[in-house]
Amino acid sequence: MNQTRREFLQWMSAATAVSVAGCATPGGATAGRVLVIGAGYGGATAAKFVKMWAPDIDVTVVERDAQFISCPLSNLVLGGNASIGDLTFSHDGLRNRGIKVLRDEAIAVDPIKRDVRLASGRTISYDRLIVSPGVDLLYSTIPGLDNADAQARVLHGWKAGPQTLALRRQLEAMRDGGVYALHIPKAPYRCPPGPYERVCQIADYFKRSKPKSKILVLDSNEDIVSKKGLFLAAWNGTYKGLIDYRPNSEILDVDAKTLTAKLQFDSVKADVLNVVPPQAAGAIARQAGLVTANDRWCGINWITYESIAVKGVHVLGDATLSGPAMPKSASMANQHAKVCAASVIALIKGSQVNQQPMLMNTCYSFIDGRNVMHVASVHEFDAAQKIMVAVKGSGGVSDKASELEGTYAWGWARNIWSEALA
Amino acid sequence: MTSSMGFYRALVLATLQLWCLQSYAQDTSDARALAATCFTCHGTDGRSVGGVPPGLAGQDRNYLLQQMQDFKSGKRPATIMHQHAKGYTDRQLELIAGYFAGMKPGAGAPAPRGER
Repeated sequence: MNQTRREFLQWMSAATAVSVAGCATPGGATAGRVLVIGAGYGGATAAKFVKMWAPDIDVTVVERDAQFISCPLSNLVLGGNASIGDLTFSHDGLRNRGIKVLRDEAIAVDPIKRDVRLASGRTISYDRLIVSPGVDLLYSTIPGLDNADAQARVLHGWKAGPQTLALRRQLEAMRDGGVYALHIPKAPYRCPPGPYERVCQIADYFKRSKPKSKILVLDSNEDIVSKKGLFLAAWNGTYKGLIDYRPNSEILDVDAKTLTAKLQFDSVKADVLNVVPPQAAGAIARQAGLVTANDRWCGINWITYESIAVKGVHVLGDATLSGPAMPKSASMANQHAKVCAASVIALIKGSQVNQQPMLMNTCYSFIDGRNVMHVASVHEFDAAQKIMVAVKGSGGVSDKASELEGTYAWGWARNIWSEALA
Repeated sequence: MTSSMGFYRALVLATLQLWCLQSYAQDTSDARALAATCFTCHGTDGRSVGGVPPGLAGQDRNYLLQQMQDFKSGKRPATIMHQHAKGYTDRQLELIAGYFAGMKPGAGAPAPRGER
């Protein structure tokens, strides 16, 4: 080996060693402060992954509820196929990771001073803010439901917890031979297959315990929004004769005293009236000036999840203006959270942000206590349109509902809960 | 000779540092970002909480890659994985397989239960 070549190789190995050492993450002081509003599927997951991938970043989460109660699977509580306790978790796993979890409510964001005022009067400063507020329910569009008394009689059951239990009690108290009516808002709303799964769960309960009862579905949409063929297979099969599905049936108003829904040409009276109202990004998003689309949703940069309206503020989950064929789902919020966490870390540390983010979605629906079907999709960043688009040829739905997918659905749940909270 | 060697040294050092900071770091962060899309169902870093869907952490890279390619081609039947696998390029599947192969195997921690 000649001198030059030997020197060259020595230098090559030295240079590699130096370079690899240069790749190591330096330890030490706080690299920055990340504040997360909301500890649901989006916020809790984002907080965990910022801390896990960058332990030197200080992470604080503000959450108004004492515990996490899962919306996915909560329809099973209505059907008597699961208990709310199966779906209830603490935030202690986040605390054990060194994340501060404050039980408080964000009241006002000041993006210039970069701080957030809380209901308790405290103010928390941030370098990067992640807003994951979920949805608010818009009762202003239904005059008869725009007060607390009416809302206590006509439930939504679209946020898991006390509403779920109260709706279950109404179903238990209903006479056999009664009518349960469900109103579905125009898409986009949280959990596209959720209302149709709810119909299946309540049909399962009626078939078992109140076989003379009927289900009336008042859908604002022109057709079943998600997994149409699979839901119809259940409704025309196992549940034949139980379900009256009416498309294009947006309610104009509700008489909460008589449990009557007023439609354009018709009024229908129910024994249990369940109105899922239209939805928009949670109130703090509006206060912070993050709402940019249809007066409801937050437009974001799909590389960084930074708001297109407010610098230093990132938005994820149901509150975002979803891309085409992108559901407002727990899976999607979980996926947003990890892309957002990586981008926030890169922005704080001045490293390169991933320019080709990918998202995957899986939503399982239970047609009874055991049989389950899915809808799946994979999304990639389209640099020309600057949005996430479904990858051609990917995704799809189950061939049919099965008990095998029932075991996968519970496995999905255990893992996505662990992703957020352990 | 000396000045030409100095030039080589500087060139190699700069090139390798760039390779490290951009290519190597980019590949590992790409792999993590891609693998993170699998965590939702298979557990954080592929450590599944309940064993279903199966854990991926610490599995053989070539085995993982072959399974994903078989899902993608339809050779291995599935309820859902064929629909997911078709969303990724072969290069992306390689990065995903490499990421999980490099993880310590084991079960993930379940989310702590709340009070009822």
